[in-house]
Amino acid sequence: MRFVLRRLGFFLLTLWAALTLNFALPRLMPGNPAVAMIAKFKGGVSPQALHTLEVQFGVNTRHSVISQYFSYLKDVATGNFGTSLSEYPASVGHIIMQAIFWTLGLVGLTTVLAFIFGTLIGIVGAWRRGGVLDSVMPPVFVITSVVPYFWLGLVLILIFGVKLHWLPYINSYSYTDTPGFTLSFIWDVIQHAILPAFTLLITTIGTWILTMRNTMITTLADDYVRMARAKGLSSRRIMFDYAARNAILPNLTGFAMSLGFVLGGAILVEYVFNYQGVGFWLLAAVNNDDYPLMQALFLLITVAVLVAILLSDIATAILDPRTRDAG
Amino acid sequence: MQPASPSGRQQKSAPPLVRTQEDAPRQRTGTVLDVRDLSVEYVTEGGSVLAVDQVNFSLDSGEFVAVVGESGCGKSTMLFAVAQLLAPPARVTSGSVMFRGRNLVGLTDKSLIAIRWKDLSVVMQSAMNALNPVKSIGAQFKDAMRAHGVRSNAEIGDRSAEVLKMVGIDPVHLKSYPHQLSGGMRQRSMIAMALLFTPELVIMDEPTSALDVVAQRSLMVQIKELQEQFGFAVIFVTHDMSLVSHFSDRLMVMYAGQVAEVGATRQLFDSPRHPYTEGLMEAFPSIRGPKVPLTGIGGSPPNLAKRVGGCWFAPRCAKVLDRCATERPPLYQVEGTQVRCFRHDGNVA
Repeated sequence: MRFVLRRLGFFLLTLWAALTLNFALPRLMPGNPAVAMIAKFKGGVSPQALHTLEVQFGVNTRHSVISQYFSYLKDVATGNFGTSLSEYPASVGHIIMQAIFWTLGLVGLTTVLAFIFGTLIGIVGAWRRGGVLDSVMPPVFVITSVVPYFWLGLVLILIFGVKLHWLPYINSYSYTDTPGFTLSFIWDVIQHAILPAFTLLITTIGTWILTMRNTMITTLADDYVRMARAKGLSSRRIMFDYAARNAILPNLTGFAMSLGFVLGGAILVEYVFNYQGVGFWLLAAVNNDDYPLMQALFLLITVAVLVAILLSDIATAILDPRTRDAG
Repeated sequence: MQPASPSGRQQKSAPPLVRTQEDAPRQRTGTVLDVRDLSVEYVTEGGSVLAVDQVNFSLDSGEFVAVVGESGCGKSTMLFAVAQLLAPPARVTSGSVMFRGRNLVGLTDKSLIAIRWKDLSVVMQSAMNALNPVKSIGAQFKDAMRAHGVRSNAEIGDRSAEVLKMVGIDPVHLKSYPHQLSGGMRQRSMIAMALLFTPELVIMDEPTSALDVVAQRSLMVQIKELQEQFGFAVIFVTHDMSLVSHFSDRLMVMYAGQVAEVGATRQLFDSPRHPYTEGLMEAFPSIRGPKVPLTGIGGSPPNLAKRVGGCWFAPRCAKVLDRCATERPPLYQVEGTQVRCFRHDGNVA
C-alpha cells in the first residue's frame, strides 16, 4: 500500500537522522570517555593505560570521522554497542537485553492495560453520562493522575511492604529464587510486579479516562450516532462501532507515543522499587558516566518512539479511511 | 402487498425486497401517523425551554407533508420527537405520536428497534455528518439490515446494490467511504439507506440544505419519484418554501414551536392566511413573475426561553391587532386550512 510505504520511507529517514545525531553528539562534547574514566582515578593512570582505554573505547584513534561513522553504523546494525564502563566488562548489549525484558513486562503491560481500561471506562462513562460510573471514576482518577508516582510508590511500599509485609518491593524477583520458567518463579515475578504496576496504572489511567470520555461525549452528539439510533442498531453497536470507533482516533497517537516511551522505562518507579529495567539502568549510566550504555539507551528510546509512531500511523490508516487517501 | 420493485429504469429483475413474514401484509392506506398535542421541552439548569408547543397533525399513507419555518422554530426538534430520537436535555413533555395505532412516546428503546428503519426511517440534514466516517457505505447499509434480522450476506449485498441504483448511484460505491463521495452522492446514498426496507414513513430533515440549487432540484424530483413508486409517506422539513412548493401535498408552517398555519400546499401558496406565511412567501423571488423587491419579515424569531403573553408573532407582525399583545390565538379552521391568527376569528375577518 502506498501510504504504508511512504510512512516507512519517512521512518527510515528519521531513523537515519537519529542515528547520525547519536553518533555526532558525544563527539561534539568536550573530553572523551577515556579521560572521564581516568579522572575517576584522580590522575593515577599512566599515559599507556590511557592509550589502552582510548583504543578500547575507539576514541582518539587515527580513523577518520567518516570511517568511524560507518563502523558505528555497522555496530548498531549488528547490535554491538561496546562495553559498559560501570558494569565493566559486561557488554552494553547484554545489559540492555535484560533490562528491556523487565521494562517491557512491567511498564509495557501497564501502559497497555491503563489504555484499555481507561478507554473502556471513558466510553461507558460518556455513554451513561452523569451515571454512577461517570460521577465516581473520572474525579477519582483525575486526582490519582496528578499524584507524583514515585511518591505513591513510596507510600505503597510503606503500607504494603514495610508495615503489612504483604508484598515484596525490591527488585523484580527474590534474590533467593533461581530465574527460570517455573511456576514458583513466575509467581514470584508477578508478586514483585504488583506494587510498581499498580503505582503506574493508577497514575496513568486518569488521562486515558478523561480524554476518551471527552472525545466520546463530542462524538455522541454527532449526527451519525443519532442516525445509528434511528436505524435501530443495538446500544452496544452504537456505543462501540459508531461512537467509540470514531472517538478513539485522536487518542491513538497519544497511546503510541506513550508506548514508545515505555522503553525509556519509568525511571522513578524503577528506581524506587529497585526494578532493574531500562529506566533503572539509564539513571545508573548517568550517575556513573557510563557513556556507551547511555548512548545505547538513548538510541533505544529514540528508535522505540519512532517505531511506535510508525505503528500508530498504520493503525490510524486501518481505522480511519480518511487518512489513507490524504497520506 | 408491496409495490413491485423499480421497473422502469432497471433492466434486470430486481431481487425480492427484504421482508420477514410478520410484516408481509402491509397496509398502504389510512392514517400512518397521528401526532396529538406534542410538546417538547429542553430542560436546562436555567429553566426549561418549550421548543415544540402542542403540535397536532396527521399523515395519510403516501402523503408528502412539508414543514417549513425559520431556524430555531422547533421544526427539527418536532421531527426528532416524532422519530423518538431526542437526546437529553430535550424530552417530550406531553402528547402522543401514534404510528399505525401505536404510541411511540414512552416506548423503550428495545421496543422501538423493531419499528425503526423497517417502518420509519430518517434522512438527516447534513449527509457528511450523518454517515459514519470510518465505515464504508456498504457496511453502514449492512449494519441497518443486520440489526433487523437479515443475516444472509448475499441478500444484504443485493438489496444494498438495488437501493443504491434506485437513487442513481453505481453500486461500486458500496465500497466507498463517505468522504470519497460528493455532497449530493452522500445525500442520495442516505436516501437509499432509508429505503432499504421500504418503510411506510420517511422523515427528512432538510436533506437538500447542503446542496446547490441544481442538485437540490434533481434530488427533490428523485425523492418524489421514489415516493410515488413505493408509496411511502414523507415528512419533509425545510426552511426553503419554494423548494417544496411543487412537491408537497400539504404544508405546515411553524413559528416559535407552534403550528402557525397548515393546509394544502397549493392553497397556502395561493392564499396565505397567516401574516407569517405571507412574509415567508415574500421572502423568495418568483422565477417567472415580475420583479418585485423582496421584503421578508422584519425582526428575529422570539427567544423561546422567555415566553411572553399574547401572540408570538405579534412583535414582527405587519397586521397586528390590539388583542394580539395580550391574548394567545388558537388555531382557527378556515376553508380547510388551520390558521393561528385572530384575523380569522370570525368576528374580525
